[in-house]
Amino acid sequence: MSTLLRMATAGSVDDGKSTLVGRLLHDTKSVLADQMQAVERVSKEKGLGVVDLALLTDGLRAEREQGITIDVAYRYFASANRTFILADCPGHVQYTRNTVTGASTADALVLLVDARKGVLEQTRRHLAVAALLRVPHVIVAVNKMDLVGYDADIFARVAQAVTAVASELGLGHAVAIPVSALEGDNVVTRTSRAPWYDGPSLLELLEGLPAAQDAAAYAFRLPVQLTIRPQDASRDPAFRDYRGYAGQIASGVVRRGEQVVVLPLGLATTVVGIDTADGELDEAFAPMSVTLRLADEFDIARGDMIAAVESAPVPTQDLDGMVAWLHERPARVGQRVLVKHTTRSVPATIRDIAGRLDLDKMAPQATETLALNDIGRVSLRLASPVMADNYLASRRTGSFLLIDPQSGATLAAGMVRGHQAFSDEMTIIPGQFWAWEI
Amino acid sequence: MSPGQLDLLGELESEAIHIIREASAELERPVLLFSGGKDSVVMLHLALKAFWPGPLPFPVMHVDTGHNFPEVLAYRDEVVARHRLRLLVASVQDYLDDGRLVERSDGTRNPLQTQPLLDALAEHRFDAVFGGGRRDEEKARAKERVVSLRDEFGQWDPRNQRPELWNLYNARHRPGEHVRVFPLSNWTELDVWRYVDREGIDLPGLYFAHTREVFERDGMWLAVGPYSAPRGAEAAETLTVRYRTVGDMSCTGAVQSEAATVADILIEVATTRISERGATRADDRLTEAAMEDRKKEGYF
Repeated sequence: MSTLLRMATAGSVDDGKSTLVGRLLHDTKSVLADQMQAVERVSKEKGLGVVDLALLTDGLRAEREQGITIDVAYRYFASANRTFILADCPGHVQYTRNTVTGASTADALVLLVDARKGVLEQTRRHLAVAALLRVPHVIVAVNKMDLVGYDADIFARVAQAVTAVASELGLGHAVAIPVSALEGDNVVTRTSRAPWYDGPSLLELLEGLPAAQDAAAYAFRLPVQLTIRPQDASRDPAFRDYRGYAGQIASGVVRRGEQVVVLPLGLATTVVGIDTADGELDEAFAPMSVTLRLADEFDIARGDMIAAVESAPVPTQDLDGMVAWLHERPARVGQRVLVKHTTRSVPATIRDIAGRLDLDKMAPQATETLALNDIGRVSLRLASPVMADNYLASRRTGSFLLIDPQSGATLAAGMVRGHQAFSDEMTIIPGQFWAWEI
Repeated sequence: MSPGQLDLLGELESEAIHIIREASAELERPVLLFSGGKDSVVMLHLALKAFWPGPLPFPVMHVDTGHNFPEVLAYRDEVVARHRLRLLVASVQDYLDDGRLVERSDGTRNPLQTQPLLDALAEHRFDAVFGGGRRDEEKARAKERVVSLRDEFGQWDPRNQRPELWNLYNARHRPGEHVRVFPLSNWTELDVWRYVDREGIDLPGLYFAHTREVFERDGMWLAVGPYSAPRGAEAAETLTVRYRTVGDMSCTGAVQSEAATVADILIEVATTRISERGATRADDRLTEAAMEDRKKEGYF
């Protein structure tokens, strides 16, 4: 069975990210001959001595002209038993929001560090983003080893410095690999030029990562996307009275005959059918898209949630969350926003900005506003309740967007820190996750 | 196996159905672009699944260049009838006939589709357009969002796109603006064929090996027909070919192939050394940024 791994790459300017991605694509034979010819032709036209693999990923005219990556590019490659969706995230400081974007769906983050430069501000920022967004696996590729003569001591120093920062952020599981994206060392195939390193290549490591099972392991949640009621439009009379609630299971498993609770109504009922266009199922799990039939005809609409009876989320109008601010216009107390949480969008006000994270000191700092690229903590008052989980427990039902109600712009990526309703149950172990200690 | 794990196609299918349902629920007047090409066929298949047992809650639209393969038009009409869909046709030919557009010197009509498309969107006040575009197709498409904003002129601003996080799609737009929605964003050409195989989806016959009178131009095999014919030293030959993409006859090339079944095609696609657009689309060879430029203007 071929499985899917979603990953993101991040690094500072000129760390060679695009080259690394180009190398992954090239060495897994994911680049086709005509695409390679185009890259060779352009490399020659630009007077480059070698083929610039970065041209494989820098797709926009402005990117090729400036030789930088502006926007997240999505790439696809496969090994024998795994398919990879790769979000290639730009490293320029102005574009950190793209790293947040890439990390939000990633099961693994590959962070590039230049062996000659070591830990930079961007390195810290990217590790902070990985910690904040709870990317399950972090791999540090110490790149440009060819430029430091494949020196074991230099690698050890850089790797030690990076993993120390990672540990501070609660990313104790970060692994470092010495690579040269330009030469292809330890990207797909292991190199003989660093005999002191006996670990896996980057691709070998990615192939061996356990698939993220968090979502299916957590309690059952299905945010309702829409009600399916064909009525007279049904061609089959058997479906004239059909009423099902369609959605993608955000977490957990549901079985036919099981008791569930409909929120925010708070009414319990029984699942009498789990339907798909391919037929009925006995059970379904995250992230399957299904349609549930329930024993009782409640008034259920988009934005409601069907959840496991035990440990069901408590609807709340108060959210306390970490946010990555993604818009040029800064956040301010009293600002009106829309909170988009699962399939529900509700008006809200930013009631308080508790602080922002100083990435150099890795410490919380008092602030009145949050500017573009700031990571901070806010509390929100909502016009109607949402069924939120703690982001530490569930990425799908613990995440939200802040949207400008007038322009429609996405202002911030938010992660639920917890709210009064379950603050007693979800105690964060001190020091385990810095972001929650502001 | 509990909790279970979806395989690759299962995960891609579930993601696509989620995207289709989200856009349908959040937007007032969606439309699905349907050309009879394999990506739009797969997208329609997913959309029908998303609303089962209900009907498709929005119409489909075909931007007809006037140079389409007759068998693809016949296939389109058969599918529309089978699923009782509402079909709208935006006709490039109408625009050429009344002078709103003029034929290009190179004869390709693909870039001419943008204006009839945007006019049809405005006329019917569509605010969401489902497209079968995939990010693996082309470099500019690799930068595209799943739900992507277009301004009142239909333009895409690739340098100022909204960040797209988790599976929370922001489809909000101002009056006159619309969003393009790409449920197959994360699919590759091989995934599409694997899915066609798994689901037993039928496709127009020209995707499979057949004999056809063709001639070679710019390294591509073009069909001899009413809209394209050999010129000068170009000679017509009868070869066994198939199409990897289906578009305007005048600029869509065939590839020499013996692949007569989906199983044959899976092997061919898995081992090919040429990308589908590189092999078959003259309009994408114009410049390095041909697709980006068309997309900025509102092309799908």
